Formats: sequence, structure tokens, C-alpha cells
Amino acid sequence: MTMKTILAGATLAASLSTTAFADDPTKVGFIYVGPVGDGGWTYEHNQGRLAVEEEFGEAVETVFVESVPEGADAERVMQQMALGGADLIFTTSFGYMDPTINVAEKFPDVMFEHATGYKQADNVSVYSARFYEGRAVQGHIAGQMTESNVIGYIGSFPIPEVIRGINAAYIQAKAVNPDVEFKIVWAYTWFDPAKEAEAASVLIEQGADVILQHTDSTAPQAAAQAAGNVVTFGQASDMAEFGPFPRVSSIIDNWGPYYIARTQAVIDGTWESTNTWDGIGAGMVGIGEISDAVPADVKASAEALRDSLASGEYHAFTGPLNKQDGSAWLADGETADDGTLAGMSFYVEGLTGDIPQ
Amino acid sequence: MLMLEKRPQPSKTWTLAAPILAVILTMICGGLLFAALGKAPLETIRTIFLDPLFSEFAWFYRPQLLIKGAPLALIAIGLSFGFRAGIWNIGAEGQYIVGAICGAAVGLAVYPTESIFIFPLMVIAGVLGGMLWALIPGILKVKFDTNEILVSLMLVYVAEQLLASMALSTLRNPEGMGFPGSRNLAKYDSASSWISENAGMHWGVVAAFIAVIFAYVTLSRHQFGFNVRLAGQSPRAARFAGVNPKLLVLVCMGISGGLAGAAGLFEVAGPAGQISIDFNVGYGFTAIIVAFLGRLHPIGILLAAGLMALTYIGGEIAQSNLGLPGAAIQLMQGMLLFFLLMVDVLTNYRVRFGKGATT
Repeated sequence: MTMKTILAGATLAASLSTTAFADDPTKVGFIYVGPVGDGGWTYEHNQGRLAVEEEFGEAVETVFVESVPEGADAERVMQQMALGGADLIFTTSFGYMDPTINVAEKFPDVMFEHATGYKQADNVSVYSARFYEGRAVQGHIAGQMTESNVIGYIGSFPIPEVIRGINAAYIQAKAVNPDVEFKIVWAYTWFDPAKEAEAASVLIEQGADVILQHTDSTAPQAAAQAAGNVVTFGQASDMAEFGPFPRVSSIIDNWGPYYIARTQAVIDGTWESTNTWDGIGAGMVGIGEISDAVPADVKASAEALRDSLASGEYHAFTGPLNKQDGSAWLADGETADDGTLAGMSFYVEGLTGDIPQ
Repeated sequence: MLMLEKRPQPSKTWTLAAPILAVILTMICGGLLFAALGKAPLETIRTIFLDPLFSEFAWFYRPQLLIKGAPLALIAIGLSFGFRAGIWNIGAEGQYIVGAICGAAVGLAVYPTESIFIFPLMVIAGVLGGMLWALIPGILKVKFDTNEILVSLMLVYVAEQLLASMALSTLRNPEGMGFPGSRNLAKYDSASSWISENAGMHWGVVAAFIAVIFAYVTLSRHQFGFNVRLAGQSPRAARFAGVNPKLLVLVCMGISGGLAGAAGLFEVAGPAGQISIDFNVGYGFTAIIVAFLGRLHPIGILLAAGLMALTYIGGEIAQSNLGLPGAAIQLMQGMLLFFLLMVDVLTNYRVRFGKGATT
């Protein structure tokens, strides 16, 4: 007997038992790459899970496994959840992409949702947020808050997602402050307080008085607080405990509404494989409160930028824009298409240094 | 009054009983911990230690035990040679990474050619890669008397950077739309280490069993095994017996590095499938616990690797079915080593009660 037929038998048995007990709650599983207490990425996905629990109460049961390494272990945990009767599984890290596809193939009756990836299947949806819209607002504030004109940026990995954020922030910072310069440090981690703190200290020593981070811990916030005069922004979660200074605003991932909508779709039987990429407008990306440490006029213009991004009136990548090597990218008034943004592997003109290869 | 008296010879009984007692103590204290977290202790312990073997879905978990246990056993067997001889290779994690990179590079270089020679070549490259990475601290120790613990450990971090760089550039999947990570070797027939994915069998599992037999014979029947044990127990006597300590360092580092490299290759060509930034998940470090839990004995290591695999898989079941936090599982695995070291005192010392104790 092959794995497929065994599994088909198991799922058949599972679905029979579901029909036998019609009141059985819908089971929704979550797989996290970090601990739920990381204060950033995983924390916000878990908030989304809690929102699902609150919305549906008894009708839905949620389960999760935290700190699951990407690769073979992820595949096993997903299978185990599917065997355990999960109807819908959210796999919340890019590195879960291939495992999700593999497991989904074996469990055609279980729906999967993979965050930040690009591989879809009949029972695999992908979803991500247009964090770069939030980066644009950060860049706008950062460009005006800096006095040294040096903005430090802690990158995680040189992948399109992160490069997009750097470009979006730089474009807006440059627009309000032509003398601004970005210093970028690659931490090669999503979550490592020690490495992140070190990266922040290095940037501060090099004269940065604003730190943007694409890593998930609050360590850079603490490093900035210790330095005294360095501005930061919360990443993934609000990190309000470091406000009103150094944290002057934040990008908040807000997964709750999406998770509730997808769970509802499974309950209703209307779930379909989709590709979702929502931004500020749909509420998937939130801009944390801009604190009073920011001058009132800057705050007002930042909020105006946020609103125009939300309404779609303005796009964070609007021409004229050149690539770093000076070649033309977007003509005046032209906006970037999603395909280019999804695979972005170049800096825009003005950024210095090379993307590590 | 409680007294500890050194035994003239380590107790044979306690050598065997210590790991079992450590497991029992871990279950008791783990149970108390789970109770404090508001979980039913017996149910949690049953979930972790028995469900992977005997539950409704055991047909799925049993093969997973092989997948999770094989790299642990393979690396721990390699480490046990050095550990017996007092040569401390702590950097198996790095050798595992480099082995995976070298082996995967061979497979990726010839993609998509199909040939039966590809996989054996990858294995050789993986073994050599791990071996060379381990020989760096070995040669430095022999030539400059550096500390192999520090050098081998530090090289883990170098290997991690190398891995990130490989996943982002040289070995990146050209069809991966700019995202990091190599092609999936498990889906490339000539390079896949899978024998039967459903049965959890890949060549790494086979290699682990062969390594166990090989190590058992070498340690108990061969001159080299005798030299290793002698060097560990009495370096001076070993020199009189004609053991070359420098050669022994190089050979032990080479064996442990080679097996760690092989483990990395089997993993990347099978269960993991691709070189990615986070490819390594700590097998190289966990294998150190496995080696000691198994008393540095090949059969013991095999059992210890199985036990460790059990706590990983059972731990995941407990997380998802009972809502147990991930850290509680790690805490329990830590307890296991802690209790083992504690109980180990009984192997080398006799406990005496009361005034009658001799001093």
C-alpha cells in the first residue's frame, strides 16, 4: 500500500468521523518559525490565531507548534497536524514553502496557507503583506528625523522582501532629505537578539542616528535607548514599550482579519486557492502611532503619505526611478508592477554598497 | 552522614543503570514541570515517550524516528572515537554543514544528468568536506598545540556564514525567482538519498547502522580501538605502548568530521532536500548529548539516538495536541543530560551512609 492510499484512508476515516459528529469544531493549525514570545513576527501571527479563537469561540479549535526549523522538521510537523485532524493549516515562514507543497500533495482535503511564498496548489494559498508601504512611511519620517544624515538599516537576508523594504524607505527618505545616506548591515538572521544588538551598535558607532530594522527582536530598540539619541521604529509588532522615544512609530503586521476570513471560508466550504498581497489599505499592514517625539508637521505629512498609500492614490514605487547602476527603471509617473516587486534584486539609484551575493 | 568513596574500577552495573535512571528521573521531574504548567503529567509523558511508537498514527511516526535518529547516531558514533581518546571535537555541526555543501555542490553541478555514479560521488564529496573541516582544528592542534574545543566550535560559525553565502549565491536555484536556497535534490533522482520515503529509509539510515557495526568491531576487536581507549585512560601508558598521539588526533578528528559530513550530505539529499540558509538544525550539537547518553558505546549510541528522536517527535505531538510550550520540551531534553551527569557520579563513586563510612 502506498503512502497516498494509506493517507487517503486516514483522511477518509477522519472525514467520516467529522460527518458523524457534525458539531465537531473546525480545527485550524499554525506553524511558527520562532517562539510565540519573540515580540515580533511570530508574536503577531499568534495574535492572529488568538483573534480567530475569539471570533469563532467553540466553533473553532486552534493548535500551534512554535520554533519549528524550516526543512524536514517542518514537513513532519505539518503532516502530524494534518493527521491530527486539522482542516486548515497556516505555515508562517518563507522557508516552509517546499514542505507545505509536499504535505499538501498528500492531504488533498486539508487546506494550507503559506505566508510570503510564491508556490500555489489547489489546496495551497499564499499570502503576504505589502510591508514596503510601511517602509515608505518610515523612510519619510526617518529622513526628517536624522541630523547626521546617516540612517542605519539592519537587514536580515538579502532576499526580495528585504531589498524592497530598503528601496522603499530610501526613496522616501531621499525625497525629503537629499543628503541622506543609508548604511546597511546584514545580520543573516530573522531573530537573534545578540546579533541584532551588535548590528545596531555598529551602525550607531558609524554615525547613524536613525535605525531601521528588518529583524524581529527588540534588541536594536534597547541598543538605541542605551545610546540615548537614536531613533527607531517597531518591527512586526508595535514595540510600544520603547516609545515615545527611541521608538517613534512602527510597522505592525495585522494577520487577524485575514485568518478570520480564511477560517470562515473553510467553515462555509467556499475556500479557494488564492494569492493575497495586501497593504495598509486592507489593514494587513498597520502604522503604529507616531509619537510626540516627531515634529507635528512631519507627523501630519507622514499620516498623509500613509493615507494616500492606503487609498491607492500613491504607489511607493512611482517613477522617475533609476536602478543603482544608473539605468532607467520607471519613467515619470510609472508605477512598479507586482512581478518586478516580488522578485526585486537590485537597489535603486543613490544607495551605496552591493547586495551580498 | 553521606560519603562518596571513589571506586577502584567504574561500576559495570551503574554504567548500564545510569542512563536508565536518568531517563526515569527526567520523566519524574518533567512530569512535575508539566503539572506546574497545568498539563496532565502522565498524559504528557505518555504523549512524548509512547505516542510516537504506539498511537493511532504510529505508522507515520515510526519511520520519522529513523529520519530524525539517523544523523544523530551517525555523528555521535564519529564523535565517540575522539571522546574516548580525550579529543574534543565540539564542531560537528560545522562539519555537518560543510559536508552537505560539498556533497550538494557535486549533485547540483551535474544537474540534470542522470547517472548511478552521481550519488556515490556526492557521498565521497560530503565525507571529504566534513573531514577537511574537522582536520583544520586537528592540524592546528598537532602543529601549534591550539585548543581543539575552541577552534572546532568557532568553525561552526564560519560554516554557518559559508552556508548562508552558498544559499544566496553559488548554489542558489536559478529558477528560484531570486529567493535563497538551492534546487531540491530529493526531487532529482540520481542525487536523492531516499530509498523509501514512506518507510523513512534513506542511505543515511543505512550508513548509521553500518557505522554502529563498524565502530563496535573496531573498538572491541581492533588494535586501533585499543589505542583509542588507552589514550583516553592513560596518555602516558599509550605513549609507551607506541601510540602516536598526533596521528591519533588527526585520525579521530578525521573520522568524526567525515561521518558528520556524510550525515549532512544524506540529510541535504533527502529529508531536507535543499541547501538553505537555515539548513542546519543542531544535529551536530545534539549528537554530543547522544554520544554521552550512549556511554560512548556504539549500541548505547544507537539507543540514545532513538530516545532523542523520540523526545523530538513526541515533543512536537505534545505541543500541537496538548498545547505544551516548545521551551518545555527543550528543558526536558536538557534535564536528560543533567541527570545523566549527576547519576554518573554513582558509576565512579560509592555512596556510604552513617558513621561507619570509612574515609
